[in-house]
Amino acid sequence: MKNNELETKNELQDERLLNSTVGRRSFLQYAGASAAAIALVAAGCKKDRGYENPTMDGATLDFKTDVGVLNYAYALEQLEAAFYIKVASAPPAAFTAAQKAYFQDVQFHEIAHREFFKKALSTAAIGSLEVDFSSIDFTSASGVLAAAQSFEDLGVAAYNGAGVRITTTDYLVLAGKIVSVEARHAAWVRDQISNGSFADLNSLTALGASNSAGLDGALTPDKVLAIAGKYVKTKINVINL
Amino acid sequence: MNILNILDEIEKVDGEIYERLSPRRSAMKDFFNVGKKISMAALPLALGSMFQKAYGQTNPSTVNDVLNFALALEYLEYNYYNHALTNSTITFPTSASNAAITTIRAHERAHVDLLKSALQITGADGYVDADFDFTAGGAFGDVFSNYQTFLKVALAFEDTGVRAYKGQAPILKGNAVLTTALQIHSVEARHASHIRQMVAASLGVALKPWISYAANGNDTGISAVDAVYAGEQNTMQAGIEINGLGGASQTQAAESFDEFLTGAAVKTIANQFIKTGKKLA
Repeated sequence: MKNNELETKNELQDERLLNSTVGRRSFLQYAGASAAAIALVAAGCKKDRGYENPTMDGATLDFKTDVGVLNYAYALEQLEAAFYIKVASAPPAAFTAAQKAYFQDVQFHEIAHREFFKKALSTAAIGSLEVDFSSIDFTSASGVLAAAQSFEDLGVAAYNGAGVRITTTDYLVLAGKIVSVEARHAAWVRDQISNGSFADLNSLTALGASNSAGLDGALTPDKVLAIAGKYVKTKINVINL
Repeated sequence: MNILNILDEIEKVDGEIYERLSPRRSAMKDFFNVGKKISMAALPLALGSMFQKAYGQTNPSTVNDVLNFALALEYLEYNYYNHALTNSTITFPTSASNAAITTIRAHERAHVDLLKSALQITGADGYVDADFDFTAGGAFGDVFSNYQTFLKVALAFEDTGVRAYKGQAPILKGNAVLTTALQIHSVEARHASHIRQMVAASLGVALKPWISYAANGNDTGISAVDAVYAGEQNTMQAGIEINGLGGASQTQAAESFDEFLTGAAVKTIANQFIKTGKKLA
């Protein structure tokens, strides 16, 4: 009985907070214009926000704090690392020695990123994701390169789009330290497919790039996860985005 | 990003948003014209200036400082490539090498224009070719006649650009401008990756597409650009040692994270190429 009462009280409190437009109004009045602008830009990206916490299986990314953003990066790095481990362990026969060596390096870069986030998040880290690479032909050089290109370009757009959500300076710098390495990977892989396509921004417009403005991709996490979902078996729940 | 959605959200908390944006009824027309003039990708920047107007606040001066700083670096890069392509005796060995530099020049020009518009600068460029000394006082004397020297300096510029944007990110934290800065930052990293491969091919050196572990952090073998790579041999991130993590070697640990440069360090590097009177303060 007592538990039920508590639960009801919590629910009521939650509802009151959520419906309190006055609270949101004064927040915007008191917060600086730049803070308001971020909140609004975020709002512009997604209309409905998941206020309720549904029951969940799989991994949950709670974007309310930096922990959610770091776990989001951790999820993407898990995916990349798993892909490159598979490539490096049995590279396509058509790969040159240089390609094999560089894919080996990229594998360890992604493993380092993955392990870094795991360690930094400690007990707050999400679990290991189960991947699904059935759509990738690991014996074909062109198949592997195409998949690598999409992972790298998506990774760049993901970090670029999530940067503005990060509130801790150290984490922002870390994200910056990682994203440029991903961009270097992306450029190299692209050049392996077609020399000179390292920064073909026209081909990246679906990821938010603009060739006329010289801008790389940038996507909000919901869009990134929708694209990456094809390769992930584990259910990823997103809240407070 | 859905602009109307944003305005919708604002209207919920501030019914007078449209009046604030402009006291006249033509406000929305002005607004959509702005949207048309600049590309969708530049919208975060335009939005920033709209909200400044609407709420009588300006970007913190530190944010504008960052944008002005970035603009100066983009002028440097743009003029460098433009000079090489239009006013030099450099022989590009292949059409692909010429095309790559042409692509990069176009991006640097786009960055100049984007930053100018963000800072509401109209008219002539703040820096022109004559404001630069790309030989760095003779250190790279044949920069516009020797393809290899040209590439080495280009590589230094691109790797510096990547590190410079990274170093300024904390000042832009949480600001919509940050997204745009990051979108420029990763394009510079793509350029750097390609130029590294051009250097490797032309000089016959084993230069990786990413910055590798080396003495002084400098894996290019060009000691004149040591300052560009200061700190790149770092393998410790946020108090976590990456060397050995998940089996990564020291080289892979250093490669897997790029480092940043402080504004002061970037200015010292850039000022070597800028003539007296126009140097960055």
